[in-house]
This record gives sequence, C-alpha cells and structure tokens, in this order.
Amino acid sequence: MSEQIKKFMYINRRAPYGTIYAWESLEVVLIGAAFDQDVHVAFIDDGVYQLLKGQDTSAVDMKNFSPTYQALGDYDVTKLYVEKESLEERGLTLEDLMPLTYEDEDDDWAEKDSIRLMSRAELADIMDEQDILFSF
Amino acid sequence: MTTLHTVNKSPFEKSSMDSCLAYAKQGSSVLLYEDAIYGAIKGTAVADKVAAMGGVNFYVLGPDLKARGVSEDKVVDGIGIVDYAEFVTLAAENDKVQAWV
Amino acid sequence: MKFAIQVNEGPYQHQAADSAYQFTKAVLEAGHEIMRVFFYHDGVNNGTNLTTPPQDDRNIVNRWSELGKKHDLDLVVCVAAAQRRGIVDEGEMKRNGKSAQNIADGFRISGLGQLVEAGIQSDRLVVFGD
Repeated sequence: MSEQIKKFMYINRRAPYGTIYAWESLEVVLIGAAFDQDVHVAFIDDGVYQLLKGQDTSAVDMKNFSPTYQALGDYDVTKLYVEKESLEERGLTLEDLMPLTYEDEDDDWAEKDSIRLMSRAELADIMDEQDILFSF
Repeated sequence: MTTLHTVNKSPFEKSSMDSCLAYAKQGSSVLLYEDAIYGAIKGTAVADKVAAMGGVNFYVLGPDLKARGVSEDKVVDGIGIVDYAEFVTLAAENDKVQAWV
Repeated sequence: MKFAIQVNEGPYQHQAADSAYQFTKAVLEAGHEIMRVFFYHDGVNNGTNLTTPPQDDRNIVNRWSELGKKHDLDLVVCVAAAQRRGIVDEGEMKRNGKSAQNIADGFRISGLGQLVEAGIQSDRLVVFGD
C-alpha cells in the first residue's frame, strides 16, 4: 500500500437489536479490516450493551450477530475500547461482557484480551489522536 | 489535534450532547444543529452546562434556529451563530469532525 | 480540501438527509472537493427513484441527482444496506431475480469498501445521522 496508514476509530454508542446501527457498524469494521489501517473500535454509552454475554435472539426471530465480535481478532482488529464510566452507569463490569481475544503474532501467538477498559479521560485522549472517526 | 464535534439531538430528549461535552477537549469546537439548537438557548436547564465548558468554542447553526422560530437573541452569550458556509470552514479548520449521532 | 460525506438516514424522516445536502452544497460553493457521498443504513433510501413527495415539498432524491450531475459527484449507495431495504440497480435486479430496478439518476450501488476508502482518501469525513 502506497498510501499512509491512518488511525481509524469506529464509535459505537447504540444498543443492539433495537436498531440496526450496531450490526451494520460491525459490518464496516469487518470490511475495513482488509484496508490495513490502524483500527480502533470504541464502545461507549449504550454501545457497551453490544458486547454483553449470552445474547439469544431465538425468541424474537432476529439474527444474533454477537458471535461475530469474536471473529474480530482474526481480522487483526484487536483494539476494542470499552468506556469504564458507561459500564458503571449501567451496573455492568467486564465480567458481564463476552471475552474477546486475539493471538499476538509479535509475542509468540500468545492469546491476549482485545477488550481494553478505559476511563472516559483516557478514551478522550485516544480519540484525540485519531485521523478519522466513523459514527453510526 | 483539534476536533469539531457536531451534535444534532435535543439535550432534553437524548444524551448525545452530554456525551459530547464529556469528550470535548480544551481548544475543540462544538456545533449544535438540527434539534440540538435547543441546547444553545438562554435560561434552560442545560445552558449552565455549556457555560461551564471553559476553553471549548460553541457554535449553533443559524438556519436551524430560524426554521424552529428561535431568534438569535435567545442564544447563550458566547455561542457563535454560523451558517452552512461557516460550518464547512469549521470542519476544514479543525483536524477532524466527530459526529455525536 | 477533499471531503467525504456519510449519510446514515433516509429522506423526510430525519433532517440528516437535508443537512447532509446543505453541507455538501456549501462544501462545493466554498471551492472544496466532494470525493464521495456514501449512503448507509436507511440513508440508502436517498437513492430510490420511486420517491414521490407532494408538489409543494422539496424532492430530496432529485435534489441529490441534480447536484450530482452538476458537480459530477460520486453518490454511492451501500449494496448490503440497499439489498435489505429494496434499493436495486439493473445488475442487482438481474442477479436477485427482481421485477424492477429503482436506483435514482446519478447514484451507483457499491460495497462498504467505498466508505472505508473514502475515509482513507479524504481529508475530512463528515457524518450525518439520527
């Protein structure tokens, strides 16, 4: 690739199923992974609900797309930021979220957590460094 | 880097303006447009939040004020009233645009 | 400066489609370039030629087509989002065995990669949504 690598951040602020934004946002992240950019994905506000464990849509006849988050590591999307304040406001902890991991090729393929718990202030700093912000 | 944050939802209905204010850093700009113009009006429960954000530049989109029957003298002092051309200038002058949709 | 625009909402329901249009027009008037307008989520509904608003209202779809023609804009409707919502060009009509096509003048249907590419190649991405 001759073009410079940009810092991309996908910002997820919406809960799944009530609207399609979460799912269609995930589709962009997957397609975007093929472009060799520096990808960051943020889950803030109701976006943290996208990562809840135990999603089962069988009784509402909608597609359960939550397993797809677990594929992100295979696509080299390994920087998933969850905002601490948003979790706490919703009475949640990391234990309530799906474990998402990737294999670090620079560290003998050690399995590592993709989810990084960030305070709002830390995440604001990371957002500030981005070149492009996608909102859905 | 500097950011132009855009908010288009009424702060009385949605929390996007609160989220934006929590993330807006010193030196960044916030543009209130569409239903977010109601967040730029004097004497409301949210006007103090805007006033408390030192170091952040606030703007409101004039055409959206006018469409909703809100006269410019109702806008909180210190919030700049801009048109679409100035919206474009703000987007170009900042390093990026963050839409709090 | 090169701008890319992302439109997440359909016409009439949300002002986002109007704001995106007004902003796009202002970008062009200021002498900047619009490298692409990408329609995603319900935004794909900006690209159906079956829209028939009352005479005394603006025609949001035609407005895009006319602006696109005047400035040779790349108006791209996301294929996956379009298929879900029934926006079809001739190729998609044949491929999916549909009875008609309804993509409006000046729009084209393409993949999500076009949005990512717009992010890479533009200087500014501006998103309009709900």
